Amino acid sequence: MKLFNRVFSKQNRALLAELVRTDFKLRYQGSLLGYAWSLLRPLLMFAILYVVFVIAFPLGKGVPHYPVYLFMGIVIWNFFTEMTQQSLGSIVGRGDLIRKIRIPRWIIVFSSSIAALINLGLNLVVLAIFMALNHVDIMRSILLLPLLLFEVYVFALGISLFLSAAFVKFRDVSYIWDVVVQAGFYLTPILYPLSKITSLTFQKIMLLNPMAQSLQDARYAVVSHDSAVVTISRVFDGGWYSLIPFTIVLVTLMGGLAYFKSQANSFAENI
Amino acid sequence: MSNDIAVTVSHVSKTFKLPHDKAASVKGNLIRTIQRKRGYEIQHALEDINFEVKKGEFYGIVGKNGGGKSTLLKVISGIYAPTKGGVSVSGKLTPFIELGVGFNPELTGRENVFLNGALLGFNRKEMQAMYEDIVAFAELGRFMDQKLKNYSSGMQVRLAFSIAIRAESDILVMDEVLAVGDAAFQKKCFDVFRELKKQGRTIILVTHDMANVERFCDRVLVIDKGKQLTVTTPAKASSIYARLNVSEEAINKNDLLADNTKIREGNGVVIVEDVQLYSGQKSAKIFNTGEDLTVELTLKRDEAHSNVPLVCGLSFHDSDDHIIAGPNSLLASIKPDATEVSFTMANLTLAPGDYKITTAVFGKDMEVFDLIEKWINFSVISDRQIPGFVDLRGEWSSRKGKDR
Repeated sequence: MKLFNRVFSKQNRALLAELVRTDFKLRYQGSLLGYAWSLLRPLLMFAILYVVFVIAFPLGKGVPHYPVYLFMGIVIWNFFTEMTQQSLGSIVGRGDLIRKIRIPRWIIVFSSSIAALINLGLNLVVLAIFMALNHVDIMRSILLLPLLLFEVYVFALGISLFLSAAFVKFRDVSYIWDVVVQAGFYLTPILYPLSKITSLTFQKIMLLNPMAQSLQDARYAVVSHDSAVVTISRVFDGGWYSLIPFTIVLVTLMGGLAYFKSQANSFAENI
Repeated sequence: MSNDIAVTVSHVSKTFKLPHDKAASVKGNLIRTIQRKRGYEIQHALEDINFEVKKGEFYGIVGKNGGGKSTLLKVISGIYAPTKGGVSVSGKLTPFIELGVGFNPELTGRENVFLNGALLGFNRKEMQAMYEDIVAFAELGRFMDQKLKNYSSGMQVRLAFSIAIRAESDILVMDEVLAVGDAAFQKKCFDVFRELKKQGRTIILVTHDMANVERFCDRVLVIDKGKQLTVTTPAKASSIYARLNVSEEAINKNDLLADNTKIREGNGVVIVEDVQLYSGQKSAKIFNTGEDLTVELTLKRDEAHSNVPLVCGLSFHDSDDHIIAGPNSLLASIKPDATEVSFTMANLTLAPGDYKITTAVFGKDMEVFDLIEKWINFSVISDRQIPGFVDLRGEWSSRKGKDR
């Protein structure tokens, strides 16, 4: 509690709020539709995917409410990539502040993570509308969704801390991360249902990835309990292995924090 | 740390690693690690700096550009971590390395006020309460809803300064913020400084404007080339600083004069081969008012005229090329075969400034043998203020007049 009070002191809260506000104001600066783009972007993205993967190549046959299932995947994956990619450049982007004023460095990464969270919130509103249109039954398990999103957030935060600090020293990081995100997009069952992968071993290996695990669990919790929604506890039959993704998330956060802390003191001179 | 000390800087050193090739990359680093080559240069920006700032003190840090002042300021402010040593601060410290940090040109003046306020630790409610005052002080009421990019630089500075002075810190650290704004605004700033000082705030000011140092500072730290020279009074610091600057200028100027820029005329019967300036026995370029200054000419004679009688003359010019004095040897006897001629002023009376000397050698009938215009430079510095060109060394006395 004491640590919490120090970390979220009045000054830090004020600064965080102002940084997030500025980010948001500047994001759609000069565009005609402004904030509407926050909703329009995921909608248009979804429209494309819908045409390709539901109408043209119906990959999701057999998965109930596949359009919603697909959109859910897109929303969560976009949140993860948006947060990591924006945080990556955040320290360097705010170099003017870091070189001239003493503010807690983590606030900068934190503020871009909050900007991503706000976008996630908007996208979830769109998701809710689709669920209603698609007649998805609300299940009690939907209460698990915040927890799963929190898991994704913590995972992304650990990575963001590491990337933003590393980017100060090595500008290659952004290119490398672009490639990793591309690869991750296909290694995570976002477009295709995991049930399409017939080998149980592959399913197991893929689900060790925290993104795959949280995505599938979120689909299970929100969209459908159908057996076509493969989750980690199903493939491991509730065994201890199911805890591996959570361990990865925790280790990532700890590692990211430790690296960020070790580098934070020299940001000002390295930028 | 005792109670009346606001900032203690002990044995602070700061070194920077300057990479040889700017573009940092994983690959480059890998290659260098494998080859075990050091891809950077070590730069010692600060070496073993020690000082204490008392609470309520107006403390100056002066030094030449590139001397480490700003680095020191950033170390004190916690922006840079010192390589060695430590800084302890008692109370809240706010640095102003630059005015308007975080100002965004795409936001309106109003939005920028709130953003900048947040950087100083104020939340929206607190900023709302002081918003009107800030705008009034900056005299920008009409412009607050315009984007900052449409402000002139002077307007931006005014706005930034108006927010900055709201900082409720015990210790304010400022870098050259006085150098901006028009005269009226500068006066406003000075009034604020006096007010802050009265309130007992501790202020650390980094500058190279000696007028401000003498006007405000209680004590001054002088640093040069990353090393601490001394901690002293503003007046002393002023003269040390002047000497630091002069020594470099003097050297540069003589380099310039080594080429053909000098104007030379005469028939060359006797020429001036060299001129040296001495303070006592020591060769010098910088003199304190009150020191002895000797100008020594080395002459070279044409073989055919090795015994021709001659007159030597000098003229002293100030930096505006006014002739201050023009002594000549008409009355002094110079041996006809002399090759070393010197002119000594005991107890130098010239006011501080840069001077040039013209040398001339004439024949007995004032025909010019060799005249070289303004080719020797020297500088005078002083601990005292000397208005005008010279110190007349007069004495004031007073007595009660007789009743009339």
